[in-house]
Amino acid sequence: METPIEVAGLVKTFGRTRALDGLDLTVRAGEVHGFLGPNGSGKSTTIRVLLGLLRTDAGAVRLLGGDPWRDAVALHRRLAYVPGDVTLWPNLSGGEVIDLLGRLRGGLDPKRRAELLESFELDPRKKGRAYSKGNRQKVGLVAALASDVELLILDEPTSGLDPLMEEVFQQWVRRAKRDGRTVLLSSHILAEVEALCDRVTIIRNGRNVETGTLAELRHLHRTSVDAEVVGSPDGLADLPGVHDVRVEGTRVRFDVDNPALDAALRRLTEIGVRSLVSQPPTLEELFLRHYGTITDEPAGVAR
Amino acid sequence: MSTLTGTRHLVRLILRRDRVLLPLWVLLLALLPMTYATSFFELYPDAAQRTAYATGPATNPSIVALLGPVYGDSIGALTAQRGGFLTLIIGLVSLLTVIRHTRTEEEAGRRELLGATVLGRHAGLAAALLVTYAANLLLGLLTVAGLVATGLPAAGSLAYGLAAALAGVVFATVGGLTAQLTETAGGARGIAVGVLGVAFALRLVGDTAERDWVSWLSPLGWAPRIRAYEGERWWVLVLPVVLSVLLAALAYPLSVRRDLGAGLLPPRLGPADGGLAGPFGLAWRLHRGQLIGWSVGFGLLGLVLGGAAEAAGKAVEGNAQVEEILARLGGTSALAEAYLGGTLGFVGLAAAGYGIQAALRMRAEEVAGRAEPLLATAVHRFRWLASHLLFALAGPVVVLAVAGLAVGVTYGLGVGDVPGQLPRMVGVGLAQVPAAWVLAGLAVLLYGLLPRLAPVAWGALAACVLLGQLGAVLELSQWLLDLSPFTHTPQVLGDDWTATPLLTLTAIALTLAATGTAALHHRDLPTT
Repeated sequence: METPIEVAGLVKTFGRTRALDGLDLTVRAGEVHGFLGPNGSGKSTTIRVLLGLLRTDAGAVRLLGGDPWRDAVALHRRLAYVPGDVTLWPNLSGGEVIDLLGRLRGGLDPKRRAELLESFELDPRKKGRAYSKGNRQKVGLVAALASDVELLILDEPTSGLDPLMEEVFQQWVRRAKRDGRTVLLSSHILAEVEALCDRVTIIRNGRNVETGTLAELRHLHRTSVDAEVVGSPDGLADLPGVHDVRVEGTRVRFDVDNPALDAALRRLTEIGVRSLVSQPPTLEELFLRHYGTITDEPAGVAR
Repeated sequence: MSTLTGTRHLVRLILRRDRVLLPLWVLLLALLPMTYATSFFELYPDAAQRTAYATGPATNPSIVALLGPVYGDSIGALTAQRGGFLTLIIGLVSLLTVIRHTRTEEEAGRRELLGATVLGRHAGLAAALLVTYAANLLLGLLTVAGLVATGLPAAGSLAYGLAAALAGVVFATVGGLTAQLTETAGGARGIAVGVLGVAFALRLVGDTAERDWVSWLSPLGWAPRIRAYEGERWWVLVLPVVLSVLLAALAYPLSVRRDLGAGLLPPRLGPADGGLAGPFGLAWRLHRGQLIGWSVGFGLLGLVLGGAAEAAGKAVEGNAQVEEILARLGGTSALAEAYLGGTLGFVGLAAAGYGIQAALRMRAEEVAGRAEPLLATAVHRFRWLASHLLFALAGPVVVLAVAGLAVGVTYGLGVGDVPGQLPRMVGVGLAQVPAAWVLAGLAVLLYGLLPRLAPVAWGALAACVLLGQLGAVLELSQWLLDLSPFTHTPQVLGDDWTATPLLTLTAIALTLAATGTAALHHRDLPTT
């Protein structure tokens, strides 16, 4: 089976701005692939390149085995796209837009369309101008999810949806995966990515900084340890891979690189442990490490 | 907190946002009456000519329908009649301004942002009305100053200027009222323009059928009835003031009765599923309203122009200067036909405006983000562009054919030869098509090649209007005049014309459009 999305060394410039700077992205068939990055990192630009709307300046892009620019029309029959901000024609009803987009893709499943309308609680008779932001997103989602396509490209599709609808969305993405579809899900809602994605690509400033399964990414990162010890926690700070040691009386807190975890715990038990809490890093922390601070590590450590 | 708290700040916001548009329409509409007076002074210096005009062409039903009645044969009376159409324009601009600053703001959600600040419940409506009232009064006073400057009596000028300003005030208030009724600015505009249309129709029927009481029912009928320069009836000014107060008194409680964002009339629902077959079906839905609206407008314009043509021919008999000017406008045979040739040339410019707006619809779709999801389906860029190009090219044909048809009917009735005149006039209308296409083609070229500069197409149209209107008068050199495609449109009512320029213009238009289409194929979309 071909790889649905293969991007290597993609460069896209707008004037003097380098929006994409050597981006790599591989999405395997049948997976839900998370595409993470802060605003302005180049997620939407990448997606527009994949849709053949923007030309590339350098790099190789393959979409469903074709060239997204040259073969745009043929490829678009096999994919559905939901933008992050669905805008509708003010004088067309939601139902008309859903059917129009479905028909332009080559047909949609009427049964699934009805199911989707019901589970998203969307009234298709309202005119485009009357929908709220969340309901406009639902129009885009229903049109995409009701289409019989191999690949779903979703660009922050749940912006404006409430938590209940977010849950409904997740159910439908899981169902799409069960049906054998591939999903590229760009997002900055980390809970959504953690709940849905098999693999994740994190990008920043137009280049990817991490790719892998969530487990792999966590493996590369630190564990936070919070312990009550019997003696004085000397020597911990000198261990390789241990960071940010904070001591308050008998309580010690520190972060440790996962490869150094074993040594750190050994040292703790030598001192004597009364209680211990350790937490894996959340994606929030991964994000904060990459974007929240100017870290000393060079971008692109763990390819 | 008073219900008007914050009005001052909103007034400043409106003035800031309209700092170009507002002075523009105020100045333009204030200057026009002055130019009318000046031209009457030049064209009809002696009283006998004026009397002939005032009892002849000025009472022609088509002229009366368009402008309103004439109440004397002084320069002032003729100017007041000539400026009668302006009250309609002033009313239109005023109601659009008020709706733009009330319901449009609310629909866009910006009113909500402001409403959460220290702002009285009535402040939004009050600010929009205040600004528009002030603009109208300024317009009125400038009009008075301009008319007095031409040498017309001050009292009559004041009566005319105030009557025009108060017509604006009335329809500004109508706009403020309809903005409370519907959820959408489009709906509010529709109702308000409908009210304006009914007012115009009442005045038109009352004036042409000489049923004075019917005209008194219309706010547009009041302005002429103040009889500026012919024994002013000042009390007439009370009518628009009273009506505005009543309308405002109705609008304010309505604005409190309803929720923010909601209208008093329920929004209509659409179909739950759609039969739009593809990009062309969609384009039809997007363009049909404009196309029908323009066709109706062109039809009405054609009816009036055709009816006025015969009168125009008679009007200038014995006036060498007018005959010369009309001849310069392009006609070669009879004056009525010269007049028709010239005015239909102007209609051709308007049709180019339709073509440009239809072509630029693509840019609007692109910028609004509605093109992107469509082009992410199995729709080729060419097909998407073709669906809009169809309207940019076929639209001018339709509206010009309608205008020619309408001219043919009324002009044909006037000269007693409808079957003969109908095809001729449709021919004159259609002869304008290639020149209109050139401008539409230019819009497509700009859209494909330099999308950010696409609105420059409007500038090209404005340049053509200026060249056409002022070129002959200013005696500009021929190569400059030749830049406008409309210079090359032959006078098909004359005997000696060839189709060569029409074919050349068509070829140029198609080349421009094709180049733009090819360019679109190679550029990023959206380009913002």
